[in-house]
Amino acid sequence: MKRSAYAYPYLLWMALFIVVPLAIVLFYALTDTVDGRLIFTLENFSAAFDPAYVKVFLRSLWMAALATVICLAIGYPLALVLSSRHFKAGKLLLMLVVIPMWMNFLLRTYAWINLLSDNGIIMKALQFFGVENLSLLYNQTAVIVGLVYNFLPFMVLPIYTSLIKIEPNLYEAAGDLGANSFMSFLKVTLPLSVPGIVSGITMTFMPAITSFAVSRLMGGGLVTMYGELIENQFYFMRDWHFGATLSIVMMVLVLISAVLTRNNKNKEGGMLW
Amino acid sequence: MVKQALRWALVIAVLLFLYAPILTLVVFSFNSGKYMGNWTGFSLRWYVELFNDAVIMRSLWITLSVALIAAVVSTILGTLAAAGIHAMKNRHANLVENITYIPMLSPDIVTGISLMLLFVFAGIKLGYGTMLLAHVTFNLPYVIFSVLPKLRALPQHQYEAAIDLGATPGFALRKVVLPQIMPGILTGLIFAFTLSIDDFVISYFTSQDVSNLSMTIYSMARRGLSPKLNALSSIMFLTVLTLLIVINVRSARQGKKETV
Repeated sequence: MKRSAYAYPYLLWMALFIVVPLAIVLFYALTDTVDGRLIFTLENFSAAFDPAYVKVFLRSLWMAALATVICLAIGYPLALVLSSRHFKAGKLLLMLVVIPMWMNFLLRTYAWINLLSDNGIIMKALQFFGVENLSLLYNQTAVIVGLVYNFLPFMVLPIYTSLIKIEPNLYEAAGDLGANSFMSFLKVTLPLSVPGIVSGITMTFMPAITSFAVSRLMGGGLVTMYGELIENQFYFMRDWHFGATLSIVMMVLVLISAVLTRNNKNKEGGMLW
Repeated sequence: MVKQALRWALVIAVLLFLYAPILTLVVFSFNSGKYMGNWTGFSLRWYVELFNDAVIMRSLWITLSVALIAAVVSTILGTLAAAGIHAMKNRHANLVENITYIPMLSPDIVTGISLMLLFVFAGIKLGYGTMLLAHVTFNLPYVIFSVLPKLRALPQHQYEAAIDLGATPGFALRKVVLPQIMPGILTGLIFAFTLSIDDFVISYFTSQDVSNLSMTIYSMARRGLSPKLNALSSIMFLTVLTLLIVINVRSARQGKKETV
């Protein structure tokens, strides 16, 4: 028996549960049922680029991007502080930042629903100060808060990992060559942490744009994101052909971003400016 | 001084943002009343109701059993696959690896939908079995990619040397290769188990009447607030905290031993 035969059970599994399902999605996307008959058509794809759906697409792109930028704006300085040599408690505090990541993300989202709900503690406090007629939940801001809360640790962790790997000697060298701390940040820290930033962005942006549970729970169906739109096609509209088409559009988007970030990683070696 | 104060301010602000929601849940899980923000007295009522909730307990059991079975099956299948891929010609290995990447790259929602369409197409009823098949499928790449690097790091001719010394292929694998790739296999197993426990989206699409814990939490959270979920969150949070502390203390001790 050849040793590669060990992979045969997996190859069968792979064909059956990875390749065939994707082919079926493509099949559904390229067909439609008219009067109970199956016909091949590109109608679904042209419908997917209907302005109404493009709007949802752009909105989820925008919301995921915003959540990612906020995560980066909080996460980068935080990772910088935690990895600093002058900050002894860094490792322990990093663990504290990461712990919530290990809790079920639906429970984390639920925790925020609880805080922001009309009977929640924040509302009670606001009412105490005389603020009335305000709803904190079920709007775009709530969804963004939910996304940032869920994905912040995924931004901090890779950036921290890339920062902690930087040789301390490099800072001394930069100082000896006359760089002040701002210049050494710009010329040493930032370029060397680019891989961490890139994987932080992918680990935040991808799940943010494809998630439907966070936007459903915190947007209450009022702020639809693309993932939610797809889910709708399967569970409410019962239009599986169109749902499959939207899935393919999302898949293509994700593959494009994956290729883009991979190219970035390849260039990394020559990125010492 | 000012710089250090600013650093602490940032760290404390972020920790507050991360922990305030969880700690509020924990505190109010001991509230006797139904409403958050309205403390009516200490009580274990919600914990009692949680453990008496047949739906939640059933989905907890489903989550654990699916995670365990899926992790074991995908670890065995994935380890064998890695051994096979390692022995393949480069061209074939590349193709298989690239296809293996697909479930890791593609969004959970697409994986879930594609598997659901497959099961519907094949006329299989969506339930426990389909959920299990889906979990094995999304676990497999993680197992394969934790074992494969270990195999590639092995000295090239060790296996052949064992054969030359008279070992049967099976014996050589068990006694020479397996012990050395064990850390990778264990990583894959743990990875698969945690992924499986945490999964919501793929289970949501590939199972209909049988709910795992994530699916139950989702449908409860959609219906509104339930203090039982507070109690559940507190228990989960404590479990995670204890586990991580135990793991860290143990690895810290091992680190010390190694330096001695």
